[in-house]
Amino acid sequence: MSLEDLKVGDSIPELKVTPDKYLPYRYAGASGDFNPIHIDPEFARQVGLPGNILHGLWMMAQVARGSAQLADGDPRALKRLSVQFRGMGFPEQELVVSGTVKEAADGRVVIDTVAAQGDNQVIRNAQAELAAP
Amino acid sequence: MPVKTDAIGKQWPAATYEVGAEKIREYADAIGAGNPVHRDHEAARSAGFRDLVAPPMFCVVYGARAMGPAILDPDVGINLATMLHGSQEFEWDEPVCDGDVIETAATCKEIYEKDGKGFYVFETISTNQDGARTAKGTWTNIVRGV
Repeated sequence: MSLEDLKVGDSIPELKVTPDKYLPYRYAGASGDFNPIHIDPEFARQVGLPGNILHGLWMMAQVARGSAQLADGDPRALKRLSVQFRGMGFPEQELVVSGTVKEAADGRVVIDTVAAQGDNQVIRNAQAELAAP
Repeated sequence: MPVKTDAIGKQWPAATYEVGAEKIREYADAIGAGNPVHRDHEAARSAGFRDLVAPPMFCVVYGARAMGPAILDPDVGINLATMLHGSQEFEWDEPVCDGDVIETAATCKEIYEKDGKGFYVFETISTNQDGARTAKGTWTNIVRGV
């Protein structure tokens, strides 16, 4: 599927990814965000969370990746992405990014996307805008 | 207690970030970005990039350097213990490549209270060494129980 073929109402291919137990540590190192709620299960429980939670911006990066796969992952294709963080994501649970084409004209495509772990919609009202590179 | 709004309009000094190939590879691995243009200099150049290129969301790495001082500024007065990342938007322009030097300036755009929560909206503008804009970010943090 390529950008030019997309029509309003089309579903985009789902992106499924299961972050392993140690992903938050690697992402913390890569991004520089060492907030203990992401990497210290004991600290997370002390502040009332069920355990250490995924970085919201890692989940946003999965929405970016799920959208950009429509352009074979070309980093020039993604022009804009907005997301709302509405739930906590957890390691060792599959994250599914799905979306529907909202606008498609003149080589630019707008996609409404959601990222969820089971019934838990961790990112909602996300919108990605892509253009052919 | 109403939220302090004095910091609306405040801009912090631009933060500089020097982009390196290994940092791009490390970030690409952490998010699972599989395109070889994020790992191989030649693959990136033959795809038309100036050099090894960062995934778009790498803007959080160089942008965070500007956002840190803004969030921690006592003039803004965010209670970090009850802060959540509410929403995020980025717009991308010129791709970011190995060797680029990115300057990011953060501005406080809005502070308001709604349903007992404080909303703090910041904007970052990032430009490269040639003056080309690489990304614009809108960061909304929510503080519970203000």
